[in-house]
Parts: sequence; C-alpha cells; structure tokens
Amino acid sequence: MTAKKRIKVIMAKPGLDGHDRGAKLLARVFAEAGMEVVYTGLRQTPEMIVEAALQEDADVVGLSSLSGVHNYFFPRVVELLKEKGLHDVLVVGGGIIPDEDIAGLKKAGVAAVFGPGTRTDEIIKFIKDNISGS
Amino acid sequence: MFDKEKIESIKTKKEEWDCGPVEKVCAKFPERRPTFTTISGEEVERLYTPTDIADFDYDLKLGFPGEYPFTRGVQPTMYRGRLWTMRQYAGFGTARETNERYRYLLQQGQTGLSVAFDLPTQSGYDSDHQLSMGEVGKVGVAIDSIDDMRVLFDQIPLDKVTTSMTINAPATVLLAMYLALAEEQNVPYNKVGGTVQNDILKEIICRGQYIYPPLPSMRLTVDLIKYCYEHVPTWNTISISGYHIREAGSTAAQEMAFTIANGISYVQACVDAGMEVDSFGPRLSFFFNAFTNVLEEVAKFRAGRRYWAKIMKERFGAKNPRSMMMRYHVQTGGVTLTAQQPLNNIVRVALQTLATAYGGAQSLHTNSFDEALCLPTEEAVTVALRTQQIVAEESGAADSIDPLAGSYYVEAMTDRIEDEIHEYIKKIDAMGGTLKAIDEGYIQREIQDSAYRFQKEIESNERIYVGINKYIMEEPPPTNLLKVDPKQQEIETKKLKKLRAERDQKAWKAALDGLDKVSRTDENVMSAVIEAVKAQATVGEICDVWRNIWGEYRPKEFV
Repeated sequence: MTAKKRIKVIMAKPGLDGHDRGAKLLARVFAEAGMEVVYTGLRQTPEMIVEAALQEDADVVGLSSLSGVHNYFFPRVVELLKEKGLHDVLVVGGGIIPDEDIAGLKKAGVAAVFGPGTRTDEIIKFIKDNISGS
Repeated sequence: MFDKEKIESIKTKKEEWDCGPVEKVCAKFPERRPTFTTISGEEVERLYTPTDIADFDYDLKLGFPGEYPFTRGVQPTMYRGRLWTMRQYAGFGTARETNERYRYLLQQGQTGLSVAFDLPTQSGYDSDHQLSMGEVGKVGVAIDSIDDMRVLFDQIPLDKVTTSMTINAPATVLLAMYLALAEEQNVPYNKVGGTVQNDILKEIICRGQYIYPPLPSMRLTVDLIKYCYEHVPTWNTISISGYHIREAGSTAAQEMAFTIANGISYVQACVDAGMEVDSFGPRLSFFFNAFTNVLEEVAKFRAGRRYWAKIMKERFGAKNPRSMMMRYHVQTGGVTLTAQQPLNNIVRVALQTLATAYGGAQSLHTNSFDEALCLPTEEAVTVALRTQQIVAEESGAADSIDPLAGSYYVEAMTDRIEDEIHEYIKKIDAMGGTLKAIDEGYIQREIQDSAYRFQKEIESNERIYVGINKYIMEEPPPTNLLKVDPKQQEIETKKLKKLRAERDQKAWKAALDGLDKVSRTDENVMSAVIEAVKAQATVGEICDVWRNIWGEYRPKEFV
C-alpha cells in the first residue's frame, strides 16, 4: 500500500467546560508534528466524541477537562469506544486532574494523563510510542 | 517635562554610555539574554531615560486622579480614602455549603461577595439536565431556582454587602433572582449593589459559556443594562472582561485592546437601542487579569484607563466624567499558577497583588496557591486574602496614588501599550466591529497565536518558569485537596423534583407564557424574568423559553 498512514487524533472537550486553550494548543502542536487533528469544539457528550472517533477512523482520542468531571467522562468514553469495537484507539487525557484520580483513570483504560506544565513534545512522544501498530 | 536641549544632551550622554562602559562590560560579561522581553513579548530596554518620553505632556497624558483622562486613577483620593474591595470568588457544591464559605469570608474581613456558579447554571441548564452530568456543583454553586438563591444568601443582608455574580448568558435570570430575594428581605432595589458579568462577547471569543446567537444575546445584555438604569441605579450592569482573554493566552496589550473593542460594541448597542451614553455609561465596569510582571501590568491598567476615557468622550460624546471612568475588578492570573511546587504560587500572587494596587483597581480577587490542583481549601483561601491585606496594610503600596507615574519605564510602556490598543481598535473598526472580527476568527486567532508563542518560549527555555523549566524538584503528590461531593447531582435532582411538583403550576405557567410573549417583542424582558423566578421557574426553564425562540449558538472552530 501507500506510505504509513498519518496518526489521526480527535481532540475533545467533554462536558460544559469552556477552557480550551490547552486543547487548541495541542491540536496545533500535533498537526505540526505530522498528525492529522480534528478538534470537536466544546460541550461534547461521550457519545458525540466516540461517534467522531468512529467517523474519522481515529487512532487517538485526547480528552481535556478543567472542571473536575474527568472521573465521569474519561472512563465513559473508553467504555463507549469498546462498545463500538474501537479497542485500538488510544485514549489520553489532560487538564486539572488530581494525582489521586490518575490510578483510577488508568485502570479504566485511559493510557496517560498529562497535567499542567507538561511539555508538548513529551505528549507527542507518548502518542507515537503507544499507538497500536507502531 | 524636559526641554529639547536637555533631551538632546541626555541622548548624547546615553550613546556615550552605551558605547563606553556598557560595551566594555558586555564584551567581558555578556548579558543574560540577547534581548529581554516582558511575559507578553514586549521588548524591554536596558535603561529608560527622559529620551523615551521626550514628548511627555503631563496634563494631556496623566492629569490628576479623579480627572480626565484618569490615567492616575478614577477617584481623587484612591486607596487613601478606602482600600480596594477584597472580593474572593467562591462557590462550590450546594447553596448551603457556599453560604457557609461566604459567612466565613465576611468574618475574616472580606468586604464583598463574588459568586461562582457551576457550569450547568452558567450554561442555562438545570441540575437534572443530561448535559449537567458530572458538572453539578463542581466549579461553583448549583443554582436552579430562587429557593437555592435564598439559601445562598441566608443571614446575609443584601443592603449590607455588594455581590458580584460571574454569570453571562443567563445574567438576566440570576439578577432577577437576586432582586426578588432583596424584595423578600425588604431591601429596596435602589439599596442593592453589585455586578453581573453579562459579557457575552468574551464568552464567544474564549470562555465558552454562551447559549444564544450573538444578536439575541446582545439584546439580553442591553435589556439588563436598561432595566437597571431605570430601577437598580447602583448596580454595575456589565463587567467587560479581559480576564478570560488573557487566560486564553493573549498578551497584556491584547487583553486590554479586545476588552475595549467589546466595550465599544456594548456602548454602541445601547446607543442604538435609544439610550443616552451618560445614562448607562457610569454603570459599566471592567474585569482584568494581573500577571507577575508588575511594571507591564501597571502600564496596561494605566493605558486602558486613558484610552477608554478618550473613547467615551470623543467617540461616544459622553459628558459625565463618570461615564469615562474605567472602573475595574482584577483577579490574579489563574494560568500563572503552577501545579508544581504550589507554595511558590503565593509569591506570584503577592506580586500580582502589588501590580494591581499600583495599577489602581477598584476590587481584587487573589487566587489561592492550590488552584492549579483543585478548588481552593479554606486554608489556601485565607492565605490569598491575607496576601491582599498585607499588600494593603503593610507594603505602603496603597498610601500614595499611582506612585509609579513618572518612571521613564512605566510611562514609556504605558504609551506603547496604548498605541497597541489603538492599532487593534482601528483594525477591528475597519473589519466592521467585534462581531465581524469574531465571526471571521480574527480575535480568536490573535489570542491563540500568543498562547502558542508563549508555550514555545517555555519549551525552548527562552522564558523561565520556576518549577516548570528551571529549579525543578521531585515532590510527593499533594494532599489536603478540596473534594466536592459527587452525590451533588442526586441531591439537586431530588430538590428539583420536589420543586416541580409543589410549586403553583398555574402561576408558573402564566409567568413563562408571559416571558415568551414579551421576548418575541422589542419590550424589555427583565420584569417578565423577575415574575418567572418569583413563580419558581428554574434557570433551565427560563433559558429554554429563549432557546425555543432564538435557537442555540454553534461557533465555528478556529484552530
């Protein structure tokens, strides 16, 4: 076939949180790193996010939350992805997420959680190292 | 300030200094960086002298406090008369829990309240709405009906405190609840003081809590302004906000420029609705950020005051000096806080408080050191409030008005920021105003570009951020974080169910029908909203009336 497919990322803002500086910044940085990025915009339900992942044949779903709803939304997105048979999609999250919540999120299937101050190249490296088939 | 000859002589001497001692030292010990810039990327000179403000005209540029163009402050005695209002933004969980925090803060010497609502309330959804899942009581207090509002202000007399409410798309609804509550407490409307944010344009630009398309949103804004002019004369009808623009990544100059651009749109909308500029001008207020670079922030505040005064006087023909005054609230910079070594944030906030005091703000919220991790604990909030009190009472910053005036650096920076504001306003005017500039994504892109540039500077170590790219430490995970009860939504849903079953159905339906009818005309909606909240209509039900008429806003995304 043709050259290796570009990594496709869905950047999503679950819930009602409007803080999207981080999500938009990462969308730009990922694109510069050669990935294909779709930013969903605000106020996404888990269903909407998973639908976008399905439609776009995404490799990665990036979830950003600064309003404290990660414990509800992140696991729900993973669960719905699995229901749709999207077992290979890498789910990563970021935002204001207390350390003590991270273990639970990982157990629920979130591959990594990136807090404030994380370098963007670190996130890119994680994605490149961890998407399936690479 | 200086005669021409003197300026020329200083210029010559400065050149000699540059080529002599400076060059000699730099040859042996190069400076730390090739260029120095503020956190906004403004280049900073090695030394400022009178040559940087050679055309300085004291009367034109500064004048006196309380007098046009208000560069030095909006009141004649500033903090010598009364300190700024110390107003900590707070709200979480139920109305009961938040009420306890408010009464604690008032006991600790806080002088005004500031209500943080949860995101469902800010987005016009009730706690039992599907989109409220996980959000109820999280970043603020959940308010569904006047019953919650009554608990929120329990034992707090509304004629004794002023209350700022961070509410935008549903501002009319929350103000209506506050007024209805004042009535219950037998406080007349003209004794009620406070602010609603009511700034929908910055929601669309960067904060995201919009509901309706821009035009009907602006109609609600104007209705509220007009109603208050007629009935609640001491209410600040809008808080035109640069805070969130800065949080989204803008520079200091962009923060001021885009806020003023939005301000121009609101004034124009009120004038277009038939109001006299001096009728509503005195009740307009502003809300800004304060970052850690003290001098740049001070210059920003001074430049903004001067520019706004000119806009109101020259562009809108205001005659009342009060219409020309940029009165503003400040919150220290949320994005400047680090999750790493969080105690360092206390120092950042102290510097930001100093900048705010030197800048001449009317009120201030200081962030708590743990806010990059969670909602603040009581201990952290207390330190934040004490920080203000130390700057106010110990540092001397409040004892002389605009004490940095006349500094070559501060005056040069003030002029430069004012020029930048002016360039942006010209550009936005040429595009056809803020609504056009937003629709084309211009303002959003300018902000995002600045955010991107800043991130690159941090990652390339061009800019140092303590604990992020220098002086990094291994640290144990933080403990003692504030937790909001996850059962919140259940509690609120139960309450709503009871409310919906027990309220007077006939009165409730009549009030909502009345609101629907008025909203379809050009009449002011405020009285109908007040009737609706008295009939125990909920925030979501009232907002749905308008959703049905106007639809919902779906922004284009500019990444």
